[in-house]
Amino acid sequence: MHELPITESILKVVLRHAEGQNVRKVVTIRLQIGRLSDLEDEWIQRYFDYLSEGTIAQGAQLKIERTPVMMRCSACSASYEVEAARIGDLVCPACGEGGGTLLSGREYYIKEMEVQ
Amino acid sequence: MGDAIRLIEVKEEILSDNIKQADEVRDRLRKTKTMLLNLMSSPGSGKTSLILRTVEGLKGAVKLGVIEADIDSTVDAEKVAAGGVPAIQLRTGGFCHLDATMVTQGIDAMAVDELDLVIVENVGNLVCPAEFDTGAHKNVMILSIPEGDDKPLKYPLMFSICDLLLVNKIDYLPLSDFDMAALKKRVLVLNPRITILEISCKTGAGVERWIDWLKEEVDAFGRDEGGV
Repeated sequence: MHELPITESILKVVLRHAEGQNVRKVVTIRLQIGRLSDLEDEWIQRYFDYLSEGTIAQGAQLKIERTPVMMRCSACSASYEVEAARIGDLVCPACGEGGGTLLSGREYYIKEMEVQ
Repeated sequence: MGDAIRLIEVKEEILSDNIKQADEVRDRLRKTKTMLLNLMSSPGSGKTSLILRTVEGLKGAVKLGVIEADIDSTVDAEKVAAGGVPAIQLRTGGFCHLDATMVTQGIDAMAVDELDLVIVENVGNLVCPAEFDTGAHKNVMILSIPEGDDKPLKYPLMFSICDLLLVNKIDYLPLSDFDMAALKKRVLVLNPRITILEISCKTGAGVERWIDWLKEEVDAFGRDEGGV
């Protein structure tokens, strides 16, 4: 739903990192986004294509790696992966208790970019 | 050589600008001992009714200000200001969430150093506001009975970032198949440290406990200048 402001931020960070690096063109941008976010990959790319027009990032491919939702059980400390859509109804596969802390799944991170 | 592909390590949060701005807001309000509370919910779950109850409940005890972000309407701010509380209406123009820059505009327009508490009424939406740090010291959400007990399954992020969940419109419980135990279980799986209070802004049931929670939080914030 909020792909546009997110995409604006991605472009801003990318252009800032490209500055002074003698970059003619940004080819690929690798992102790490947690599965808990509702971002649609297709829309991020479409907005990016639109926003980056006329910049060195025009035409860059966004490669999005989705981080799984991982929880650590508060009863037995086991960590386990959770399907985002069933998150509130899951129990720890090791001990059967519900409840825990979120280890990953909320990431919103730009890892690296390939440039020419 | 100039056309060879090179790798540049970025290693940066996508929303780094907003996170920085949010930290600035938190620090600034820590200095004036003003606690900032971000109130989130779906449209129609009772944010404005809750604020009106809160204006009444805190009268004489806590100096309150309100920042409203309801889409392009001044109705809410007018209602709040009628209760004698300073209120700022942000023009979000159809934006789906508030960010720390918009909140900064709100607190710039207010004499925050004279206030103990500022409540930000976020845009009615359970998705986007959960992703954008507003600079608040406390995050509170409202879920109303007619919305259903399955909402934590659909919007897990929102439930996982809040300090307090207010379950509003409990006067509808006898008419509905809402399962309170199931809701609480789902919420606590996501967020074991959350406090859950059941209220009805219409009848006033449970509102006193919300007011007490607020007073305690504002007191604690003022004592240690929010140094959490």
